[in-house]
Amino acid sequence: MSTISREEVAHLARLARLEVTDVELDAFAGQLDVILQSMKTLAEVDTDGVQPTSHAVPLVNVFREDQPQPSLPRDAVLAGGPDTAEDRFRVPRILDEEA
Amino acid sequence: MTKLNTFEQAVETYEPVLGLETHIELDTHTKMFCGCSTVFGAEPNTQVCPVCLALPGALPVANRAAIEATIKIGLALNCRIAEWTRFARKNYFYPDMPKNFQTSQYEEPLCEDGYVEVVVDGQVHRVEIERVHLEEDTGKTLHVGGSTGRIHGATESLVDYNRAGIPLVEIVTRPVPGTGALAPEVARAYTAELRDIVRSLGVSDVRMEQGSLRCDVNLSLNKPGEEWGTRTETKNVNSLRSVERAVRYEVRRQSALLDAGERIFQETRHFHEATGETSPGRSKEEATDYRYFPEPDLAVMEPSREWVEELRATLPELPRKRRERLQAAWSLGDKDMQSVVNADAVDLIEATVAAGASPAGAVKWWLGELSRRANESGEELAALAITPAQVAELQGMVDDGRLNDKLARQVIDGVIAGEGSPAEVAAKRGLEVVSDTGALEAAVDEAIAANPAVADKIRGGTHAAAGVLIGAVMKATKGQADAGTVRQIILDKLG
Repeated sequence: MSTISREEVAHLARLARLEVTDVELDAFAGQLDVILQSMKTLAEVDTDGVQPTSHAVPLVNVFREDQPQPSLPRDAVLAGGPDTAEDRFRVPRILDEEA
Repeated sequence: MTKLNTFEQAVETYEPVLGLETHIELDTHTKMFCGCSTVFGAEPNTQVCPVCLALPGALPVANRAAIEATIKIGLALNCRIAEWTRFARKNYFYPDMPKNFQTSQYEEPLCEDGYVEVVVDGQVHRVEIERVHLEEDTGKTLHVGGSTGRIHGATESLVDYNRAGIPLVEIVTRPVPGTGALAPEVARAYTAELRDIVRSLGVSDVRMEQGSLRCDVNLSLNKPGEEWGTRTETKNVNSLRSVERAVRYEVRRQSALLDAGERIFQETRHFHEATGETSPGRSKEEATDYRYFPEPDLAVMEPSREWVEELRATLPELPRKRRERLQAAWSLGDKDMQSVVNADAVDLIEATVAAGASPAGAVKWWLGELSRRANESGEELAALAITPAQVAELQGMVDDGRLNDKLARQVIDGVIAGEGSPAEVAAKRGLEVVSDTGALEAAVDEAIAANPAVADKIRGGTHAAAGVLIGAVMKATKGQADAGTVRQIILDKLG
């Protein structure tokens, strides 16, 4: 019994603006299912009294000084997006798109 | 739509509970987690780097100056500074962040449990601070198509990430009950006090009109003795006056719905500056679950007590202390000082006095004529097109006898109309008290000749009757005479 439905994967893909084919939907649903099952296995471990870890290395207070560094050239910044206009990223309209 | 109640009706039946969420952009030189410049007004997408874009392999590192600024804000708001704190990812799908998450704080904010006291109508209201946390600002979206840049009806959006990653401090109050009919004023006073505190710390320019201080107003209503009602959250209220108006509107709107037996929905609303109304907004995502989790790319923080105390030692004189000092220096009573604070005129009067005006003169102009004009035009006092230095110059001309109050008001007209400094306006418009005693004496003689009965009274010792002659002379000189001088001339002639 899979823990994530094909419909849920399609919904997530839509929110993340990923174009996914029907064949991929089946493949991803299967792969995500494996990941979620693995998480379930991990969740069975008794972690009472164990402090949650958010960082692989026990570092604290890593700060940088407030000194400007060069940014990327704008062409390089915009090259990462699928569409641009007026030196900005162009994205589809934001609201009223869920219906 | 249900008809609104009047505010007075509403607060007779219901008790408002306020909550305020304020975002303040820090004025660090660089962003929160990378070295990109934060200078305002740069070309779009020129202050963006792999960290801002969360490109694979990019590693964010927290800006020490932003952490220090937030601790200072926490200390100034009487908060406890966390001994252990960390950042969290707030996940959402929206193009204002290229990363699909915003780095923020969740269960472990940097500062907690503080308070701010504000005085409204002679009453002290203690507004408790739940938390002060640090996060990053989002990019700016420009909505294209549809009407005038509004998100509704837009066909597409253009995004500039220069602002994405600028350090943003979020200050959240606990619910504030018990303000009753004063709720709008308390909300405004709290926001003003917060702004003044942060400004005094020198960590942000806190300009509401430029968006470096942004306010969300939460409000619910309940009947006395009943549980608190469902709250609405009105977003991006961008001036002190709007904070007050937004509270007032929500009280009127919600009370009308409740009277009609309807429910209040927990929702985000938008405030409209032009009409003073709020309207329902749309949430960023249908699921409000942000799936927060600790940020794995940033180390946890353990601000040492020594560091916190060092920062505490750098705190400047806070606004409340400063107001007490200025009240004494200006010899104002409590009520007058409260009027100054409510009119948001403390800085303006201080600057006017610094420019050479007497405290009494400075208070008189800012609370009198200039407040009246600001009210008429619906502007903040500081937004009037006259500077403290110009007000000081104006008062100097009154003190020297070159202007009387009536002429001074006409000079203000000219300054606000952009005709130049008070001296320039007076010269251009020919506004100057007539100091030529020959001309004044001639005018007095005419007035005496025209009013023989009055003149006789004055000769008989009724000096109060001189007012009639003074009025006639003022009329003849189009208000450009000094009333005191005219009176003296009259009494010299008839006394």
